[in-house]
Amino acid sequence: MNTSLVKYILHLGDTTLILAQQNSKWCGHGPVLEQDIALTNISLDLLGQARNFYQYAAELMNENEKSTKDFIQSLGMQTDEKITEDILAYHRKERFFFNLLLTEQPNGDWGQTILRQFLYSRFQYYLYEKLQEHPDTQIAAIAAKSIKETTYHLRWSSEWVIRLGDGTAESHERMQNAIDNLWPYTGEMFLPADFEADVKIDFSGLKNKWLDAVTSIVKQATLSLPENENKVYMHTGGKEGRHTEHLGYILTELQYMQMAFPGANW
Amino acid sequence: MAAAAQEKIFTTKIETEEKIEPKDWMPDAYRKTNLRQISQHAHSEIVGMLPEGNWITRAPSLKRKAILLAKVQDEAGHGLYLYSAAETLGMSRDEMINSLHEGKAKYSSIFNYPTLTWADMGAIGWLVDGAAILNQVMLCRTSYGPYARAMVRICKEESFHQRQGFEILWVLSNGNAEQKAMCQDAINRWWWPSLMMFGPTDSESTNSDQSMKWKIKRKSNDELRQQFVDMCVEQVKVLGMQLPDEKIKWNEKRKHYDFGEIDWNEFWNVVKGNGPCNKERLAARRKAHEEGQWVREAAMAFAAKRNTKKTAA
Repeated sequence: MNTSLVKYILHLGDTTLILAQQNSKWCGHGPVLEQDIALTNISLDLLGQARNFYQYAAELMNENEKSTKDFIQSLGMQTDEKITEDILAYHRKERFFFNLLLTEQPNGDWGQTILRQFLYSRFQYYLYEKLQEHPDTQIAAIAAKSIKETTYHLRWSSEWVIRLGDGTAESHERMQNAIDNLWPYTGEMFLPADFEADVKIDFSGLKNKWLDAVTSIVKQATLSLPENENKVYMHTGGKEGRHTEHLGYILTELQYMQMAFPGANW
Repeated sequence: MAAAAQEKIFTTKIETEEKIEPKDWMPDAYRKTNLRQISQHAHSEIVGMLPEGNWITRAPSLKRKAILLAKVQDEAGHGLYLYSAAETLGMSRDEMINSLHEGKAKYSSIFNYPTLTWADMGAIGWLVDGAAILNQVMLCRTSYGPYARAMVRICKEESFHQRQGFEILWVLSNGNAEQKAMCQDAINRWWWPSLMMFGPTDSESTNSDQSMKWKIKRKSNDELRQQFVDMCVEQVKVLGMQLPDEKIKWNEKRKHYDFGEIDWNEFWNVVKGNGPCNKERLAARRKAHEEGQWVREAAMAFAAKRNTKKTAA
């Protein structure tokens, strides 16, 4: 088993799962019914993507080889049970989650949730565009299916960034705060982890494209990027399982049932 | 046209099963009754998102999480159709929502009960959605056109929800001892409140007679409640669980199951706002609305700016 590849798939799954989980907290609490429905849709799409990645990772991890068992153990999981999407989501502890730090940041107000979605969707779109050509046909297929959904997430979140940035003085200020809060979590997207060495993606090219596109929307929204945006100190560690304090609580909630009732089927 | 002639057209339509449409003449009381009922129904969908939403982040598997999210989202969609149907009677969604937040408009009391365990997701689907469907199937034939059409769409999704709920309980009932106990406990807690969903007994129901004449309703509260009991007594056997009522017994003369007395004191207290979660539910809705105020204002301001630009160009 190619451990780098599996770790990369887990990274893709974790990122979409954690963002889905965060967005899903808005369900029933959105600012207006239509947008409550829209964000729940995005949450459902991301959850579906996470499940695709986990199911594929599980398939690869069920090989009966010693190196595979060692790898499973290195993720703090039991080697005597069949790996499934749920084992991967519910039986891994915080130091073995590889999601982007951006996705685990608190929902904050609606503006921060929108901006988090926009920054990620813009990145996800460009990334998955490349992943569609990944030599692993399964990753390529998941990326090709997901990018259709991402296109919608991107359009929706871009429109909302513009609307809120160029809305009232209050909404403008809230969006500017959201940019300042979340910007330090964006650098990590373009810093390849060890397991990304084989992914054959030009991360600096990806970063330039992303930055251009984000700058254009931010400008249309009459907002501004942090001063010297390229020099802002960036938080890293998510891809290596070193997270912010938020992830522990997110997983506590997510994994509660499986922890409280080990071995039960639902 | 003279009022008497208009009323005659209205009455004829009701008698001949022709739907009443938004632009048709209708008695004020008919308009008011429909508006009250449809907006209450819309509010119930929206408030009803809260008890189930309570378990979205804690669903025990990714598949269950996806199903639950989609279900709660469906309820938001039902709320939308129903608010739109109610708006055809001349009140805006904002006005309806305000009267909910001011405590003037009611919603189904069932949502004032707490969801304490995962099994409650199953019990709500099976019992609460099951009770709602009996009412809603009847409402697919209600006399006001927009309401009837909204109900046809809603019923399709609701019956799916009910099957999902039953399936959650079915898995629990085949699970370990803790899961079985969780399943029985949820049925025990949701059974009586579900029976209360059909409203007061016919002799106490103030709005019923006129609603039957106008074919807004087609079955009485007690008829629907009996239909529900008869259905559940059979279904609970499949789960191998018990309904928490020792008085449930087949009555050969009536060809129906007899059942015990509902605690009407509890019913009226929950209606009046004293139920276990009345305050929390309303507070959660108000909070979402208040915290969304700046978002709605920004969207309006932005739209206005864009319109000005368009006009200038």
